[in-house]
Amino acid sequence: MIEVEGLTVRYGGVTSLDAMSLTFEQGTCGLIGPNGAGKTTFFNVLSGFVRPAGGTVRAFGVDLLSMAHFRRARWGVRRTFQTEQAIEELSVFDNVAMVAEHSGLNRATRRRDVLDAIGFTGIDAGPETKVRTLGAGQRRLVEVARAVVGRPRLVLLDEPAAGLPDEETSHLAEVIRGIPEHTGALAILVDHDMSLVSACCQTTAVLDFGRLIASGPTAAMLRDDDVIRAYLGVA
Amino acid sequence: MRATIERASPARTVRRPTRPQLVNWGVTAALLLFVLLALPQLMSLYYVDTMTQVAVYSMVTVALGLLVGRVGLVSLGQVAVLAIGAWVAARLLFATTQPYPLVLLEAGLITMLAGLLIGLPALRLRGLYLALITLMLAGAITVVLATVNFPNGGHGFTGYNGSLVHIPPIRRPSIAASDPAYFRYSVVVAILMFALVLVHIKTRPGRAWAAIRQSEPAALAAGINVWLYKLWAFALASFITGVAGGVLAGAVHYLYSIGFPTQDSITLLAVTLMGGVYSLWGAVVAALLYQFLPALLNNWGVSADWLIILFGVGVLQVLTTAPAGLADQVPKDLARLGRFLRGRLRPRPAAPESTK
Repeated sequence: MIEVEGLTVRYGGVTSLDAMSLTFEQGTCGLIGPNGAGKTTFFNVLSGFVRPAGGTVRAFGVDLLSMAHFRRARWGVRRTFQTEQAIEELSVFDNVAMVAEHSGLNRATRRRDVLDAIGFTGIDAGPETKVRTLGAGQRRLVEVARAVVGRPRLVLLDEPAAGLPDEETSHLAEVIRGIPEHTGALAILVDHDMSLVSACCQTTAVLDFGRLIASGPTAAMLRDDDVIRAYLGVA
Repeated sequence: MRATIERASPARTVRRPTRPQLVNWGVTAALLLFVLLALPQLMSLYYVDTMTQVAVYSMVTVALGLLVGRVGLVSLGQVAVLAIGAWVAARLLFATTQPYPLVLLEAGLITMLAGLLIGLPALRLRGLYLALITLMLAGAITVVLATVNFPNGGHGFTGYNGSLVHIPPIRRPSIAASDPAYFRYSVVVAILMFALVLVHIKTRPGRAWAAIRQSEPAALAAGINVWLYKLWAFALASFITGVAGGVLAGAVHYLYSIGFPTQDSITLLAVTLMGGVYSLWGAVVAALLYQFLPALLNNWGVSADWLIILFGVGVLQVLTTAPAGLADQVPKDLARLGRFLRGRLRPRPAAPESTK
């Protein structure tokens, strides 16, 4: 569980997150909002890339903001990025092993953990395949495998389906839905594809201009007038 | 794309070498044997000395290639780092009777400490700014070395006695006193340094460096201590360059600060890019360009100054058409040429007979 209290982020005169208070309970939760709403900024705060001007974040009882950024992966914070970050020159196995060996995983079980993560995502290529030979959808799965290897506690997925065709998106949805059960982690999904969010997330929070405007069951959120107004810009 | 999620397939996969890998290893082993056993017999002493310099500078370029190609850190201070290694080795060789390998190790370790200082700005800087800072630091080191001079058998900390005559030569290992033997010795040291780099890039640090080069935020999100691994890269590159400096000291016998001009670091980066920063072969090609080509032109009576123009054109060509360098491009082009020639020489099928 993540408890966010009064989280505020400012870039110069722009308030990117404005006293955001929210609780993500368990399972896969959605975080949606128009471009510039503050979704990625929120992920960057959780990852340690952005220091907030105020507020607290407690993850499973731990004060996340007091932890050094590179230690957060060891603790269990994992993420994917909007722009693909799979390393082309490395194999699928090495891409995932790279995260595993910096996450405090037991050396004896590391290889098994890596193969387990690759198997879980259903990457349609052998572990020794170079990532540069894979298509966009498979590369996205490599990133998800990197995020779920070992014992993650918090998996942050930043638009993982961006640019993917429907068939690959539906497979990705199945993988994302399985993350909490497979790893025991809380997953937070940011995406503009509402069918993906509906398919994966029991609950969803909606941001607009850095403020939380609604949160609750996903189906209800997607029918909410304020949410529709924020997305469509209808007065 | 599979329709269902495949759960946990933890079966161990055995990594068997592929056919191209076996061919690569075989060619490498044969080439090394040729270089160690046959090459010194086939060349004049002039070219033996030149190839010793190639072995020395291949260590420098493999270290620079590691920084630029593997981690994405551009250093323009490598010639100064080489000078530090040579200075330390010369001082130890004059002051002590330690075995040569131990002196090389000490020179590498002390240079590594100096290299870490040069690498500190890399924790906050990248690209052009890092290149500029390392160039300035290298300039400062060159000025210091020009002031204290290289050891020449004198006493005190600097080991310089101010004399320009009756200077004892920097000693070589007893098993490699002659030029051909020292060439072989240099090649063996270079092989060890290449192996050190290979072990690093195939294991945990290599994966971490690849992640850092791809994206520092993504590396941080993967739990990589970016500062530690950047410094690690600088430390390793400095160690190898320091060892190269030690080998250089024995190769030339006499060292002068004028032999390590700061601007040579720029040429060194140019040839390293031309050779190829993503492969170990690229470092060898770069060292050949840097040392063998000028010696060849010199032997033909052509001024080596023309190389500056050639290197400029070469870097432009590599950056625009072959980012992986000549070590990657030439084999591909040769294979393409072979396919083309096979296609030309193959008899063409007879044209179908007319139905008229």
